Order: sequence, then C-alpha cells, then structure tokens
Amino acid sequence: MSFEKVAFAFFIVMALTLNFGFFLGDIDVPAHHNVYELFAAIIVSLIATIMKFGDRTQIGSYLLATSLVADVQLIIAALVWGIIVHGLNQPMTPEHMSSIVSLSGGALLANVTSVVLLIIEASRVRR
Amino acid sequence: MMSGTVFMLLRRMRLPLIILISSYAISILGFVTIPGQDDLGNVWQMDFFHAFYFVSFMGSTIGFGEIPYAFTDAQRLWTTFALYSTVISWLYAIGALLSITQSRAFKQVVSQARFNHSVDRITEPFYIVCGYGDVSFYLLNVLFRQGIRVVVIDNNQVNIDNLEIADLSFDTPALCADAADSESLIAAGLNKENCKGVLALTDQDEVNLMVAIAAKLIAPDVFVICRAENQDSEVNMASFGTDYIVNPYTSFADRLSMAIQSPKLFLLTEWLTDNKYRANDTGLAPPKGRWIICGYGRFGKCFEKYLSYVGCETTIIEAEPKKTNAPNNVIVGRGTEAVTLREAGIEKAVGIIAGTDNDPNNLSIIMTAQELNSDLFCVIRQNHGYNQTVFSSAKCHWVMQPGRIVARKVLSRINMPLLFSFLHVSRRENEKWTTLLVEKIATILGDNFPHCWSQSLNQYESPAFAALSTQHTIPLATILKDPSQQTRNLLCVPLLLKRQDQIILLPDKNTELQIDDALLFIGHESNEILMTETLDDIYLLNYLITGQDQPRGSLLRKLKGLPPMPKIS
Repeated sequence: MSFEKVAFAFFIVMALTLNFGFFLGDIDVPAHHNVYELFAAIIVSLIATIMKFGDRTQIGSYLLATSLVADVQLIIAALVWGIIVHGLNQPMTPEHMSSIVSLSGGALLANVTSVVLLIIEASRVRR
Repeated sequence: MMSGTVFMLLRRMRLPLIILISSYAISILGFVTIPGQDDLGNVWQMDFFHAFYFVSFMGSTIGFGEIPYAFTDAQRLWTTFALYSTVISWLYAIGALLSITQSRAFKQVVSQARFNHSVDRITEPFYIVCGYGDVSFYLLNVLFRQGIRVVVIDNNQVNIDNLEIADLSFDTPALCADAADSESLIAAGLNKENCKGVLALTDQDEVNLMVAIAAKLIAPDVFVICRAENQDSEVNMASFGTDYIVNPYTSFADRLSMAIQSPKLFLLTEWLTDNKYRANDTGLAPPKGRWIICGYGRFGKCFEKYLSYVGCETTIIEAEPKKTNAPNNVIVGRGTEAVTLREAGIEKAVGIIAGTDNDPNNLSIIMTAQELNSDLFCVIRQNHGYNQTVFSSAKCHWVMQPGRIVARKVLSRINMPLLFSFLHVSRRENEKWTTLLVEKIATILGDNFPHCWSQSLNQYESPAFAALSTQHTIPLATILKDPSQQTRNLLCVPLLLKRQDQIILLPDKNTELQIDDALLFIGHESNEILMTETLDDIYLLNYLITGQDQPRGSLLRKLKGLPPMPKIS
C-alpha cells in the first residue's frame, strides 16, 4: 500500500461521489442542489485531474481525458449559475436549475467512466 | 512529438498545482461562510461568485479593495490568512515552473524534441553526418548549394555550438550524442525514406566503424561512406559492404604519386574534383627523384610506400624511430634543425614532405628547408583547419589538409556517381589517351576554370528530351549545340555516357542518345545552364534538332500548319 495510490483513488472516487451528491434530487428544484456541493465537486475534480498528469500509459491518458470532460462540464455548470444569478441578476428558475443539473449529470457520466477505468487498471495489475 | 516535454512538465507541476488549487478552494470557502455586512448594516453573505472574484484579484496581488461592501473584522482576519497562503502558493508554483524549465534534464528533453521535430520536417533528400568539423563544414556548404539537407550528430557540445553559429543556408538539425549509439542514428532519421546515406566522418575509426555497422544493419539500402585512418579498420569496414571508404593519408599519397608519374592524368583529376587549376595550366608537377619525409607516422609511411611505387627514393627523418617502427637507415631528429636536414642530404633532394602531426613543427621544417635549398618541392601537412593564412603564406607547393581531402572524395562520390566511374575507368587508359584529352580540353576552355557536370536524360531532368525522343533520333551532337545559335557548339567535352550498366568513355558525337542515358561533361560553367535549358525547353531542343525556329503559340502554329508540340509530362 502506498500513500500515493490511496490519494489517487481517493480523489477520483471523491470526484464521483460529490458529483453524484450534487446531481441527486429533483432536477428542477433549486433546494435539492447545493451550491457548496458543486464547488466541492469542481475543486476535487480539478485536483483529481492534476493527480493524473504525467501518466504516460494508455489507460493514464484515458483517465486524464475523462477527468477533463468532467471538469469542463462542471465548470460550465458553475458558469451558467454565475451568469444567471450575477451576470443577468435573475432569480434561479426551475429551467435554469435543470440545465445546471443536467450539465453536472454529464460530468457524472465522465466520472463514472473514470472510476471504471480505475477499477480496470487496478484489476489488471495484480500485485 | 512535444509530448515528452509536456508530460515531464505536467508530472513535475503536480504538487505545486494541487497546492495552488487547495489554497484557492479554502480561501473561497472561507469567504463564502464568514458573514459580512452590507452598506446598511444588514448581514450579507458572500456567494461563490463574489468570493472567487475577490480571491482571484487578491491572490494575484492586484487588490481592488474590499468589494462589494467594506469587510468586517472577521472577514479581514480571513483575508490576511488567504492573502499569504494564495500568494505563497503562486510563488511556489511559478518558482517550480521556472526551475523545471531551467533544469538540464528538461532542456535536454526540449532539445531532443526539437531535433526530432526538425528531422521529421525534412522532406528533401538528406544525409546523416556523424562528426562535425572542418570536413563537415566544407561538405555541408557544398551539399546545401545542391538543395540536399544534412542532419548532424556529434558527441561534443562545442562542435554543435559551432554548427549553430556557422553561417549555413539551411537550418541543420544537430544532436549532441554518441554517433556509435544506434538510437541516435534512428533519431536522426536513418529509417526515413528520404535518408540518402550516412557519412561517418569522425576522427575516430572505431566510432565510424560502429556507425557503418549500425547503419548497414538497420537500413541495408542506405549508402554508407566512412572515413578511416587505419588499414585495419578500412578492411573491416569493407568486409560488411560499406559503400565507400575514404582514407585521407592514402588518398593524398596517391595523388602525389599520380602527379609524379602521370602529370596529365593528375591535372585531369584535379579539374574534375577541384577548381584550383585553369584549363591552360600545365600544373606544377612534383619532380621525380629523392624525397625527404619528415615524420614516419601513418602519413609518412603512406608516402614512403607510394613514392617507392612510382620509383622515387626516400630519406626518412623521425624523432622517435623506435615508437614508429622506423627502418634502420632513418635519420633521427625532428627535421626542424638545419643539422638534421643536411644529414638527410637536403641539398640534393628534389622535394620535402613535412608530415608530422604538429603544425608548428611542419612549418618550421619547411622554412628551414627552403633556406637550405630553394628549389625544393614542398609538401606540408596541415593538421588543423585554422591558421589558414599562415599555411598559405609558407609558400608550399602543396598543403595537405586531411579534412579537405576527405570532403572532396566524399563529395565526388555522392554528388556525381558518373564522375566517380570516370575517374575509376580513366586510370586504366594510357598516357597518350590522357594527353590528347587534356589538350582537347585546354584548347576549348583556354583560360577558364573547367567545370564538371552530369546530365540525366530522364523525364524529370530533361523533360524536353523525353518528349521529343519519341519522334526524332537525337545524336549527342545536337545537345552539344549552343541553343542561341545552332551553328555554334557549347564549350564542353562529353566525358562519359552511361546506358544501363554499360559505360562508354568519351562518347562519339554521332552516338544516338536514348531516354534514361546519363552523361558527364567537362566545360565552361555557364554552358551547363545553356545545356539544361535546351533539355528543359521543348522549342529550343526542337530548334536544335530541325534547325527551324518555330513559333511557340498554338494559334501561330495552326496558321503555319505546324502540328502541336508533344506534351511534356
């Protein structure tokens, strides 16, 4: 067991769980989707991305790609939120909320792929 | 291509980036949770948008102030903490980035990537040159003039730097690596399709040998030329099919003995391979008789062998006769002193060869010798490329630069395979044949420098010939005419005609030319262009064949009832 591997898996799984936590709930009810959770999901996802930097194996590049997809989706969701509430000074409507949550849903898929790849990688190398 | 550098950068930047993101995340989170006040004194909670905005300009020390409302003390306390942590993480990240980009390992990865990239980008034919020195510099310049590119491998960074400083017309990729390592040869593009050959020109025979072996094993079809200074390595290189081996010492000794034995053949060879002699120069032939050789190293031994072969007596002066296995009658000394030279009988000798591996000593030998006997034919060995002025003012008849000899030999081999065959075949001809040819060239060219060129009668190099040869029979005499006035002939002599595997020496003017023939000419430099024009321009060639200057436009041709010209493919 190495600390590096623990941290690596921790952030990847954490990115998925936080993402899932934010996604959970009725899609158009703002009360079901916490802004702090989105923030945490973005930060953890970014850290997970950086942890994957520099892995030159093929599976390493797939892992990095899935993480990048999740980052992009989550950051766009945050941008949508920020632009609607602060840029356009409008209250959060169910329509806007559902588009934010569906973006995070996309990120969730990418994070699931990432974890699946992680499992494949782990089972491939039996040591 | 650049992935090596990017990956290295990313891997090394992992920790700084994670620290940066964490400090941002903690700061933002703090601002969002700590309650503040608006301008009316109501409790106002910062949201993520404002917190991110504030931390962004605070962390980069731009500092727009407390926005949107003045902060409470709790917020200020948090700002103090956040300010230091974000600024320090920024400094750490930037510092790490700079130290990575400055590190030797990173620079090496970058230069390797740049080298690979520039090798990949070469679409023209190119040669891999191992070892950059006087030889390669001369060689590179000539190759560049013909649009041939070069990739250089040298194990000395100083040489690579010299190459970068040198004023060359092409960007030349250079790799600082051991040429004997096959990986560096592959990196230099040995497996590429447009790699025409490998020139192993380092001054170490073992390295050249290793390069030749590696090149022949990895890419058997690639043309390999080696420089060799020892007989052993020469034989070894030849054993596995190295295409051409140049030994500067035997080459020079061979040249000298050829000049002594048959001055005309020597002059012809010089005309073809160098531009030192004019066509009406008879050449200052070295005399036959007793020669003094100073220095009995590889150079001296070679000369002794070749001079005795053409019937010249030799007297050897050597400082360390035991070390060099000199014969018993050797005169011990350096040859720089008058005493030693007198002992060797300098007054009655016809020539002296200063062939030690020490340049100042060689110069001193020649100067002393000239004082003792002003009629001496002086040959000096110049070991290093610099001090050119000193050597040219020493009034020697011949200066032997191993580098230049190698370069000339290599060039004549890769540049003009026809010239190489001609030199090879012409040595078998007798004195009379050579004299006639030399006199013929001298009468045609007079005071000019003879220039040598080859012409292939294929579709690419001679499209007009390829198009018209299907309709007309074209004798050699036709393309020897001046395209501006067909009654005049070009100032040139055809030396050789190559048809498939057949070689015809001095082809007759009535020889019927066929497509894919290759010809070698010696003549006036400007006449090469005229000939290429003829073979390139279908109307010019047609004029020389038929004697009629026909109109070029299709309308005029139609009016005159002429058939359209065949298409040039």
